[in-house]
Amino acid sequence: MPHPESWMRVTPQGLYCVPGDFFIDPGRAVPRAIITHGHADHARPDHDHVLASEATLAIMQARMGEGRAGRQRQVATPGEVVRHKDVEIRLVPAGHVLGSCQVVLDWQGSRIVVSGDYKRRRDPTCAPFEPVRCDVFVTEATFGLPVFRHPDAAAEVARLLESLRLFPDRAHLVGVYALGKAQRLIALLREGGWDRTIYLHGALLKLCELYEDFGVQLGPLAPVPTPAKRGGGGLLAGEVVLAPPSAEATAWVRRLAEPLICAASGWMRVRQRAKARGVELPLIISDHADWDELLATIEEVQAPEVWVTHGRDDALVHAMALRGVRGRALHLLGRGEEDEDAAPAEPAEQPA
Amino acid sequence: MTLPAFAYLLERLAFTPGRLAKLALLRQWFATQPDPDRGIGLAALTGELVFRAAKPGMVRELVAARTDPVLFGLSYDYVGDLAETVALIWPPRPGVNTPPPGLAEVVEAMDSTPKAALPGLLAGWLDALDANGRLALIKLVTGGLRVGVSARLAKTALAEWAGQDVAEVEEVWHGLTPPYLDLFAWLTGQGPRPSSEDRPVFRPLMLAHPLEEPDFPTIGPETHRAEWKWDGIRVQLSATPGGRAVWSRGAEEISGGFPEILAAMEFHAVLDGELLVMRDGEVAPFADLQQRLNRKLVSAKMQASHPVGVRLYDMLFDGAEDLRALPFDARRARLEAWFARTRPARMDLSELIPFTSMAELEAIRAGAREAAIEGLMLKRADSDYAAGRQKGKWWKWKRAPLGVDAVLMYAQRGHGKRSSFYSDFTFGLWRPDGQGGQELVPVGKAYSGYTDQELLWIDRWIRNNTTGRFGPVREVEKALVIEVIFDAAQRSGRHKSGVALRFPRIARLRTDKPAADADQLATLEAMIAGEEAAE
Repeated sequence: MPHPESWMRVTPQGLYCVPGDFFIDPGRAVPRAIITHGHADHARPDHDHVLASEATLAIMQARMGEGRAGRQRQVATPGEVVRHKDVEIRLVPAGHVLGSCQVVLDWQGSRIVVSGDYKRRRDPTCAPFEPVRCDVFVTEATFGLPVFRHPDAAAEVARLLESLRLFPDRAHLVGVYALGKAQRLIALLREGGWDRTIYLHGALLKLCELYEDFGVQLGPLAPVPTPAKRGGGGLLAGEVVLAPPSAEATAWVRRLAEPLICAASGWMRVRQRAKARGVELPLIISDHADWDELLATIEEVQAPEVWVTHGRDDALVHAMALRGVRGRALHLLGRGEEDEDAAPAEPAEQPA
Repeated sequence: MTLPAFAYLLERLAFTPGRLAKLALLRQWFATQPDPDRGIGLAALTGELVFRAAKPGMVRELVAARTDPVLFGLSYDYVGDLAETVALIWPPRPGVNTPPPGLAEVVEAMDSTPKAALPGLLAGWLDALDANGRLALIKLVTGGLRVGVSARLAKTALAEWAGQDVAEVEEVWHGLTPPYLDLFAWLTGQGPRPSSEDRPVFRPLMLAHPLEEPDFPTIGPETHRAEWKWDGIRVQLSATPGGRAVWSRGAEEISGGFPEILAAMEFHAVLDGELLVMRDGEVAPFADLQQRLNRKLVSAKMQASHPVGVRLYDMLFDGAEDLRALPFDARRARLEAWFARTRPARMDLSELIPFTSMAELEAIRAGAREAAIEGLMLKRADSDYAAGRQKGKWWKWKRAPLGVDAVLMYAQRGHGKRSSFYSDFTFGLWRPDGQGGQELVPVGKAYSGYTDQELLWIDRWIRNNTTGRFGPVREVEKALVIEVIFDAAQRSGRHKSGVALRFPRIARLRTDKPAADADQLATLEAMIAGEEAAE
């Protein structure tokens, strides 16, 4: 059986499968790519050939525009085997966002699973993670420190609902990522009993529509209205408003009634991170595996060797060594830059 | 409930910048929590909960026994705060399903448990709590909640919740001890008003209006008395057979920070005065007093290097006799007679400044040179001691502010309502860079003085003229001149420019002025209080 390192290499573009001659989540345009999910640090524009789940391809087209989401696009249905050259390729749900998949690769009896980003918590907006036994498991480590143990997301949403009751004259503005976190939070709010219209910043509208097209029910949504007169404010008291992170730093927010700034992110676990952002109500809701889930997943897939793409690889590699698993840090460039607010301080200031 | 509920309250308070929102959170706490927990929470928030605290070292040892040292080290580096790191990293023990402890249970057990058994007790509680609960527990037992709630704010919330006047709560407060069962019984209509007899209580202060030109004709030597307005902090000294207290202007008890004043209160009276750092009768600049503020405890060294005294200017009670209805002249006579009789240590009288006309007063005000003089106080001779700010009775007449034209250098976003505005400004003045050119050196920060319209304008200007970003701070093009006014300039070793400004605020935007024409640092140095004469 060939050692995985002989057929899967780390290149400046990202992970490269030698016998299949393709990249997984490459950081630049390449002739042939497999894309795990639609976040911008995994899905780049202008590849010649893209293989991905139907939802991921749709997300890429929605975000990049028709012409840039791959010249040739091949849909892979999760669970089905696609053969390319000598390599068997199978996508398996990763539970991160709609359409997100792990890439299971078999070649000459050796198996590598590239998990992309993943989580293990229930998410009503996407298919759950399925562990696959393998020889090498390639994992992220965004929250690869033992201080990151995400609490129950429903309880976090309950805190938001409690705050809405206590401060009915303030608009509750929640900073969320446009892909994944926004829709999951909406779904969790619905499960928590919030059936009122949820108001969206313009940057979130398109992807929420896309989720609905894929059958994810989000309930009544509406764009945040424009104030009647320029510079007017006081809108949406007592309502939930979702916007990209740091929208509260832009003039856009001045239309809202005494906005109470909330943020939904795994980073909110650490107070200083939340305080530095000026967040008044931090909600610890993450689309990534937490520390315990990283370790549990590594145990489940029973891989003797685990490669860590990005995040806190130092702690995770150390913890794996204590468990007799060989860990290797890949230091992939440019990862962790879209989701989970490694984001810049301020997004582009959008009109709506 | 209880400890997790308390943890939730602490967390929300820690993240909530607004006073009104804090009051709402506190009101809800009093309304929803049972006795004695709500009272214990109140005491913990206001720093009145006294029990033998656990040392942070004990917590560190507990966590060391349960975690890998490398992982703990990496985590601590990342989080930066020991209590929070421990709260987050504490590994759950499989099979533990004891309910979380109650607030009262924790406080009681901390007191009654032998020292050797404390670590085990603490570990058991940590096992039974979630991360927020663990953080609250660790902060509670090691002391130091730091959630930005003053005793006054908590009392205000109590009063609002119960539909009482906060002065009423203040009046009964002093005789009470945690968990304040009699207080809550009274506030909920289930008990009598607790007795406050003989206890020192805060009496509302008489406040002054700023004097403006149109009021000048109403001032005269027959009807008014003049005193210096000293740049210290306003205090009320209250000594009764039931105890002694030093109150701040905001009704906070600050006795702990000024033990030498408390010790000098060998009398029964309620006095109004200015707390100052004084060396050999000379009043030191406010910056010296600042070193002594906001301390719960003060070292002997600090007491020696920054000696404080109180300059007295009014008397509210002489013994049990309420003097507040007497006119100023009569109160002043009582104060002087009492002072001559009592000769309290660390106190002197605020002198009356004789004057014959407004014109003379203007000259006196303009001629004040001492750094610690803010201006003049003018008091009606026939006025009672009236709570609050009643127009026409007391006037404050500050020295005209000083001003410089400075260049905007950095801007930072505000908090809460101002979170979308760059509202905090760092400004600088020119000085020679030693190579024949000029450089800007930051001299201060201002976050007030502008109108809403001006703020909108500056905010837009900053966004359009940003040259660099450091977290929430933007560096801007050195092109906008702002006129900054301030009450005084003082020498400071802690500022890069060597000068500290008192109450800097923005007077106007000088969009007409090129940055190169802004003032030199030397211009500001010439304004340093007490040094003008040397120029």
